[in-house]
Amino acid sequence: MNLFNIFSDIEKLDGDVAERVDYYTRRNLFKLGRKAATVAAAPAVLAASLNDAYAQTATVADVLNFALTLEYLEDEFYRTGLATASLIPAGDQAVIAQISKHEAAHVALLKGALGTAAVAKPAFRFGNAFSTYQIFLASANAFEDVGVRAYKGQAPSLLGQTVLTTALQIHSVEARHAAMIRRMRGLKGWISDPAEAPAAVYAGEDNTTQAGVVLTSLSNVTGIDAARSREAFDEILTKQAVLAIAANYL
Amino acid sequence: MLSSNKDQQVAPGVFVSPEHPSMFLGRRLFLRYAGFTVAASGLLMACSSTETVQVTPSVVDLGSGDTGILNYAYALEQLEAAFYTQVIATPYANMSADEKTILTEIRDHEIIHREFFKAALGSSAIIGLTPNFTAVNFSDRASVLGAAKTFEDLGVGAYNGAGRLIKSADYLTLAGKIVSVEARHAAIIRDLLSARTANFAGDDVVNPTSGLDNAYTPSQVLPLAQPYVNNKISGANLPQ
Repeated sequence: MNLFNIFSDIEKLDGDVAERVDYYTRRNLFKLGRKAATVAAAPAVLAASLNDAYAQTATVADVLNFALTLEYLEDEFYRTGLATASLIPAGDQAVIAQISKHEAAHVALLKGALGTAAVAKPAFRFGNAFSTYQIFLASANAFEDVGVRAYKGQAPSLLGQTVLTTALQIHSVEARHAAMIRRMRGLKGWISDPAEAPAAVYAGEDNTTQAGVVLTSLSNVTGIDAARSREAFDEILTKQAVLAIAANYL
Repeated sequence: MLSSNKDQQVAPGVFVSPEHPSMFLGRRLFLRYAGFTVAASGLLMACSSTETVQVTPSVVDLGSGDTGILNYAYALEQLEAAFYTQVIATPYANMSADEKTILTEIRDHEIIHREFFKAALGSSAIIGLTPNFTAVNFSDRASVLGAAKTFEDLGVGAYNGAGRLIKSADYLTLAGKIVSVEARHAAIIRDLLSARTANFAGDDVVNPTSGLDNAYTPSQVLPLAQPYVNNKISGANLPQ
């Protein structure tokens, strides 16, 4: 789960990273637009850019490899699920395949960025995650909701930087995944029940005060069930909380 | 350019009567209607010297800095809250119980977002906007859910793109707390439109190659939101 520290760790290692990433992403990557042909070339461009920017120091490669390791894990989790006979009902295959595609995209992006420095995919242990569809979905649910909360918690360390945008673009995709997985489990797409399990994943989600504003006391809100105020804001998880949760799954 | 003797020049070529309501709003509020000067200028040129100028301030300037970004979010939340309020007030035919629950809860989330920004902004908040949903057929499911998808995806892209413009870590976290809820809305609305398909995070909104959601600048978002608001919204002073 060290992906969630990656940007702040890069910052510690290289105070100029914001400028470097800003330069190489804006000038060399995003300028290419969103056409499939040019976007497909982005990992190679990014790899070349990072080689130029950092002279490929081992330390930076180590940090990026933490991220790649998590993406490997998520990618393998969904792909294994898809490949496990009789696990995912035919009607849900398209959804899981779409999530799996996004994880594979992240792996490709990071592998391309790291080039020959990329770590090989480790062997993961997923326990009984593929034993039943309900356990598979519950595992996916926890991964996605933790991911949303973890990215959110790290956002302030990226304040004012272009790389923040990329992190937010991943963050909202995690939220889309989370909502859809929740819906397939028969839950609301938004985090509503403060007693939802696992408790560590949802700790603090019962908050109804934001920036000192008591939501339930606002005009035009007083007649609305307090559950809506809990749901309307997703809460953060600290790095320590994320790592403690991750230990249960990795 | 002619004006009555009592009129005051507030900008080159622009005169406003002291009796005009804008004079009672104070300089700060008045300046928020920056584009008003442009509209007023054209109107005044058509006026005779003795006529009282009747101009409704029509341009809402979101402002600058973090306040501007919060007002930008407040404007989008006003739009969403008004939209879902109408959806529930005049439900389309055969709205299922599941859909009604979802759309009602989203309405309430958006109202809470709107009221939160209003309270957090205090005296810096922009006025309540007048929505214009003439493009939406509220009796038609496809029209309503299609508009909902547009608003939610636009909101997600707007928050994603605005994050970099925020100076305060606390405000950034707040934006983060809201954007993921908008993304959840988007996914569920998209599932209502196309159940159990890739549509919840479709290739049209999440880049299939990079796996990244959209991120839009205010200058990309505002022209897309403008058709749904009668007030002219200006983001000219927002951080770039």
